[in-house]
Amino acid sequence: MDNTEKPHVLSFTQLGMVLGILLVLTAVTVGVSYVHLGFLNIPIALTIASTKVTFVLLFFMHLKYEGRIINISFLSTVGVLVILIGFTFWDVAYR
Amino acid sequence: MTATQSFYHTPAPPHLTGMKAWLLTHDHKRLGLMYLGAIFFWFVLAMFLGLLLRTELMSQGKTIMDAATYNATFTLHGVIMIFLFVIPGIPAIFGNFFLPIQLGTDDVFFPRLNLFSWYLFMFGGLFAIISLFVGDGFPDTGWTFYVPFSVQNSANVGLTVTAAFILGMSSMLTGLNFVTTFHRMRDKSMGLMQIPLFAWSLYATAWVQILATPVISITFVLIVLERFFHIGLFDPDKGGDPLLYQHLFWMYSHPAVYVMIIPGMGVISEIIPIFSRKSIFGYKAIVWSSMAIAIAGSLVWAHHMFTSGMSDVSVFVFSLLTYLVAIPSAVKVFSWVSTMYKGSIEMTPPLLLALIFIFLFSIGGLTGLVLGAAGTNIHVHDTQFVVAHFHFVMFGGTGFAFFAALHFWWPKMFGIMYRFKPAYIGASLTGIGFMFHYVPMLILGLEGMPRRYYDYLPQYETGNFLAGFGGYLLIIGMVTMFVNLLLSFKQRMPAPVDPWGGTTLEWTVPSPPPVHNFLHKPQIADFPYDFTGVTEQLLQRGGEGPLP
Repeated sequence: MDNTEKPHVLSFTQLGMVLGILLVLTAVTVGVSYVHLGFLNIPIALTIASTKVTFVLLFFMHLKYEGRIINISFLSTVGVLVILIGFTFWDVAYR
Repeated sequence: MTATQSFYHTPAPPHLTGMKAWLLTHDHKRLGLMYLGAIFFWFVLAMFLGLLLRTELMSQGKTIMDAATYNATFTLHGVIMIFLFVIPGIPAIFGNFFLPIQLGTDDVFFPRLNLFSWYLFMFGGLFAIISLFVGDGFPDTGWTFYVPFSVQNSANVGLTVTAAFILGMSSMLTGLNFVTTFHRMRDKSMGLMQIPLFAWSLYATAWVQILATPVISITFVLIVLERFFHIGLFDPDKGGDPLLYQHLFWMYSHPAVYVMIIPGMGVISEIIPIFSRKSIFGYKAIVWSSMAIAIAGSLVWAHHMFTSGMSDVSVFVFSLLTYLVAIPSAVKVFSWVSTMYKGSIEMTPPLLLALIFIFLFSIGGLTGLVLGAAGTNIHVHDTQFVVAHFHFVMFGGTGFAFFAALHFWWPKMFGIMYRFKPAYIGASLTGIGFMFHYVPMLILGLEGMPRRYYDYLPQYETGNFLAGFGGYLLIIGMVTMFVNLLLSFKQRMPAPVDPWGGTTLEWTVPSPPPVHNFLHKPQIADFPYDFTGVTEQLLQRGGEGPLP
């Protein structure tokens, strides 16, 4: 049994900084959408979105301060999602 | 110990009385029994519908219903059985009742969420009933709701998938509760390799419930969106992909098969060592095989789509992955059989039902290999063979595990014993009826009779008649079992703390347990299936076995 995790309260300054980063990245997403980069548009938009998600998960959802079990649990859900989407796309690609 | 008040006499929260003590309870044991009542109702209803279907097929042409009613009836039979009996059956009833006790704790981690899950389950069932009587009636799509039919037909598909959506949420929240309970509420001195196998099976199942259920929930939402807004997600004319629906549906619905069977395997893993008076063979292998089935079983969904037009590469890969699932399943069967080898076997109704489980589940597994191989699958795809295989696994497997669990834990849940002789007769009749019912369907499928057909060619009549006959025998057997259990309330033969000679924690608490489960701090054994002490006690009692 894992009872080692301790409660963690983030300060308003830290939360404000994360919010600022998210707003800046949103602005970047909008800005990039006006620039024609060919096939790179989608990977760039997805990368920015993934970065934002990472910030939300780490700080707003406290994953950064959680123990091993929570982190493994979360990563396993990401792994499942990747497999589900990957296998489906794979079928379409080879059809 | 027997002077202690059971949970029946101690409401939780304590200020509640009468019906409120049940309807607002936080006690995992009361909730388990509330699930038992609701699920048993659905099971009986779906059984009755199944019997009507087989009666219709006993002779050619119209027998008792028309074709449209037949289509709606098999859909209703499937939806109720899958979403309201087989998926929730063992985890919601026996998981709720016994998981906290097996882990040495007093309740699940989120007791209120547990109550909320029960209400979601009831509301989901209510929606399914309402969809029968409003609009154009219950859908005739089959429980798979395949597009484009489910998007285009006029029946109440929207309401029925809403019911399934709500039931999915109930299942997911129960899974979340179990995973959290497993990690956070377990007795501090209970290490991972000291946990009973039923608790392990619930843990593996709970992960599949959490990870796979959202996929089907989203898919049901997409069906509703398609029906009302015609977005074209599955419509090639609008750039959609009809196979996408099948992928999404089976991404949940194949892992759901393991949600249905893994807890049943956990039940069998509890029963076999107790009545063999022998430590379970390959404890760690069984634990890891539960997790392996949960993981590998989530990667094989497209073996339901071999004839759908999917890419050949995917057919090959999914066929290969399907064969991988057979390995951990076989590990379990070999471990159970090895446990019994040179054991001091004592026949009881739960053991008889567990043995029938092993036999029927093995046939289900082996016929699954025929379907998992892409070549043979094409020959028997969408035939009665598939129906028989599915029922061998789900009914012969989960159904018999459910009956075994009911007979195994009945003394603990209600504090009373039942008579053994009627239980043996009922179990045997059910097993024989099962074989009469489904073996002809295997043969009919190999001969080419399709599934879900209202009528058939003359050469299939004998097989269908035999299957119908087996269906009636099956029902007689089950009625015998259930009536015998219900009669135990009238006979009131008191059950001792440990009627079977069990070693896990539920057999150390009174029958039925007190509201907080344990009267003293539970003693956690180094190994949950060590029968040394039990064997000595039995020898002192002159080798007497269970009571009735």
